[in-house]
Amino acid sequence: MVENVKELLRAHEGIKREVYLDIENSSVVPQEVIDAMLPYYNKRAYGNPTLTHKPGWEAFETIMESAQKIANFLGCKTLEEINFTPGETEANNLALMGTLFSMRNKGRKIVISEIESISILHVTEMLQKYGFTTNKVPVDSEGFVNLEKLKETVDKETALVSLSAVNHEIGTIQLIKEALEIVKDKNAETLFHTDASDAYGKIPFNVQHYDVDLATISSYKILGPRGIGALYVKEGVNVEKILEGQIGTQKLWPGVENTPLIVGFSKASELAFENFEENVAHMQNLRDKLINGIVGKIPDVKLNGPKGGKRASDNVNISFLRCEGEALTIELSLSGVYVSSGSACTRRLLQPSHVLVAIGRKFDEAHGSILMKVTRYHTEEDINYVLDVLPRAVERIRGITGATGVE
Amino acid sequence: MSRIPLPYNPKVLELFKNPKNLGKMEDATVVAVAGNPSCGDMITFYLKINDQDVIEKASFESYGCAANIATSSIVTEMIKGMKLEDAWKISWKAVAEEVGGLPSVKFHCGILAVGALKRAIKKYYKNKGVSPGWLQEELSFEEKQALEEEELAKVLAKRMKLEEEK
Repeated sequence: MVENVKELLRAHEGIKREVYLDIENSSVVPQEVIDAMLPYYNKRAYGNPTLTHKPGWEAFETIMESAQKIANFLGCKTLEEINFTPGETEANNLALMGTLFSMRNKGRKIVISEIESISILHVTEMLQKYGFTTNKVPVDSEGFVNLEKLKETVDKETALVSLSAVNHEIGTIQLIKEALEIVKDKNAETLFHTDASDAYGKIPFNVQHYDVDLATISSYKILGPRGIGALYVKEGVNVEKILEGQIGTQKLWPGVENTPLIVGFSKASELAFENFEENVAHMQNLRDKLINGIVGKIPDVKLNGPKGGKRASDNVNISFLRCEGEALTIELSLSGVYVSSGSACTRRLLQPSHVLVAIGRKFDEAHGSILMKVTRYHTEEDINYVLDVLPRAVERIRGITGATGVE
Repeated sequence: MSRIPLPYNPKVLELFKNPKNLGKMEDATVVAVAGNPSCGDMITFYLKINDQDVIEKASFESYGCAANIATSSIVTEMIKGMKLEDAWKISWKAVAEEVGGLPSVKFHCGILAVGALKRAIKKYYKNKGVSPGWLQEELSFEEKQALEEEELAKVLAKRMKLEEEK
């Protein structure tokens, strides 16, 4: 199998340019972030932050200062509200399970939307086995949660509502403040969690402004290292641990703190938030250049998700009709353009992206979808290159499709 | 809905990049399809068959992943110049082997390709109004699988419609 991959890689030799747009699934870490992290492996603060020696105290100082920076960017009251976890998946698991375990005597119902990420959806499915029930609220054709349905669904039994601030696949900027008011009006005790992994550093997002109880953020989605994320837990909100072990500085996550990754996350946050408006404007500009270029150059395409200010600054998601998505990702890769697809072909089941199906896309439209996210590091030339490569790639794959499946 | 690594082998990649016998055939004796775009997987075969029941030419079009394209293409290569009776005996495993092996989640691509081929052969004899002794009437494994996938597409489409109405 590894031999096959070596061959696949050899097929990429001679690529003229590389444009990585698969930020949804992993990131390219800027050198500045790596440079910030490196000393913490062996130069300083390599100790365990709970121990009484210099490298330990250095680690304690470093972790607290990093948490303070992230707490400031997120708008927390105190740095204790930041709980580092090994990533978005773990923070979402902690948010759902930890809250429900602590709320189990008040209510056993969870309300989410149809378009939450897998680390929300699968946790709620797992919790159903233990007597918790889940209600999924539908969304409209742009991915906005039906607030009327939300109002109907939340009741005395509802322990937790979890709605992502920005949808990870189609970039919908959810009306979190409105949703939260509806939820708290129906049941003041219901806790509100938002997965803000695609909001933090990409749209103005502040936990005090939105007044959420819990929020997930992720390092790699803002070009920090993988393996680190955080769960914001508002002061006074009770969340139980879901893993047991040696507890150190992180009261909700046991094990030895990974100081270099925490430093990397903090540095990536700094870079995202210094010149924030400028960065967002740059991403919006490239996003729209990419969307308009594709819609203008390639026939039979559909933009998935809302337009303009209702869409996250970085998100481009387009369905190419009569063009299967996995085949298109391979074709683009051979030209150095790296993207992902909502096609079922890279999944274990034959069903495509649940997000695209929830907004009413037909299955074949979902199979032909491509997800791309731009960053502040991308340039106009990068987008021009993609707009040069993409029409030819789509044309070739459509040439293989021919009349197959055309009714 | 988990994802799987897809370390395609060089043969699959080569056939994906330069598919052999691609495209519609104007003078085809028989055309057969299998699969459904809703499943992200559909194949059309065009066969030109002579009086001696030998496949003179074969071509394909397909909507699907790299494995789907590669298996369809290799089937058209394998059956060129073959008697229909011999073409009928080709199993999906032989097809998978011919493309250098498939990841297990892509076995259905090979199955669908052989399903489409068997449908073409049956359709040819039905049109001709003859039924050779070697041609089994009941559905073969591959035809059944193709049918199952098409049924699944219908079920999914129906479920979606119901949800829309809700």
